[in-house]
Amino acid sequence: MNSYQTFSAHVRDNSPVALVTVIEGPHVGATMVVTPAGIVGGSLGNADIDRIVARDALGELEAGRTSVRHYGPHGESTPEDLIDTETVRIFVESFSPPPLMWIFGAVDFTAALARVAKVLGYHVTVCDAREVFATRRRFPMADEVKVTWPTPMFTENGHRLSSRDAVCILTHDPKFDVPAIQGALATSAGYIGVMGSRKTHAKRLERMAEVGITSAADLARIHSPIGLDLGGRTPEETAISIVGEIIATRTGRNASPLGASDGAIH
Amino acid sequence: MRELLTDIDRWQTDGKRVAIARVVDIEGSGPRGAGAAMAVNQDGEVSGSVSGGCVESAVVSEALAILSGEQPSRVVTFGYSDDEAFAVGLTCGGIIHLFIQPLEW
Repeated sequence: MNSYQTFSAHVRDNSPVALVTVIEGPHVGATMVVTPAGIVGGSLGNADIDRIVARDALGELEAGRTSVRHYGPHGESTPEDLIDTETVRIFVESFSPPPLMWIFGAVDFTAALARVAKVLGYHVTVCDAREVFATRRRFPMADEVKVTWPTPMFTENGHRLSSRDAVCILTHDPKFDVPAIQGALATSAGYIGVMGSRKTHAKRLERMAEVGITSAADLARIHSPIGLDLGGRTPEETAISIVGEIIATRTGRNASPLGASDGAIH
Repeated sequence: MRELLTDIDRWQTDGKRVAIARVVDIEGSGPRGAGAAMAVNQDGEVSGSVSGGCVESAVVSEALAILSGEQPSRVVTFGYSDDEAFAVGLTCGGIIHLFIQPLEW
């Protein structure tokens, strides 16, 4: 396999891989492929620079970052080392597995949300305890459909969720949504949203208090009622309002129209 | 680049040479961030995009010149500037730096 084939195999398997390319300096275009296991293909020109850049690329990969870095011809990276030497500019591009979205509740909103989440690149898992509803046939767009209760789902897989990931609880059912909220709060998920009317939300807050979910920090993590106030009604419109809120949560923006402000757009 | 792999594989299977253009840096406002990529084959067929359509046709010309050996692999800059060298601009006023190389690694 050449470096490109090694690289594309990792991307297709959703296993983390960094593509490292000299964009200026000696050996322009030289490319190296780095995974958590080390250098798996290519070279930047000599063993010294390969070793040092591979170490740095691994750090970028773990953080999911893509950036341009500067070195000397043998990987020198301290400012004093770089005086009077040719600079090598290196583009480190991280390819991390897709973010995860877990959707609890196999309802009509679920299918629309799963479709929109796929457009954004999420790996989508639909989860419901009711066998007749949680079927592949109803959710062909989901990557996984699991027939299980929230508590075992979080106990067994909750460690996989990170700040890039989202948990959307659409069950509307007290038996299901409070355990799902409890489970989600115990993970590092970056977004937790729960569907329901304002009345449902108020009742749910009481039930959450009964099981000890009262801290301001926990309550601040829960987006409920889920979604932005777009005024939509259909499952598709609701799905857009949910992913809009997920994006705004990640970027820290307040999701107001750009026309109503004058700050930087990106 | 993830979204380009299918087209690249098909072109390479057909024996076509391929260049890839990747956004390595953006100054100011830019439609796509670092990592946005497009692939161009020797016949000028395109997969993917690196901006909102502002610079793609110029990227195809650069990619073909690099594939033919008229130009070396290099960083190419597009964007708003008083400098005449930046002939092709982004409507959003940003500056975009692309690295273009033959996919031969």
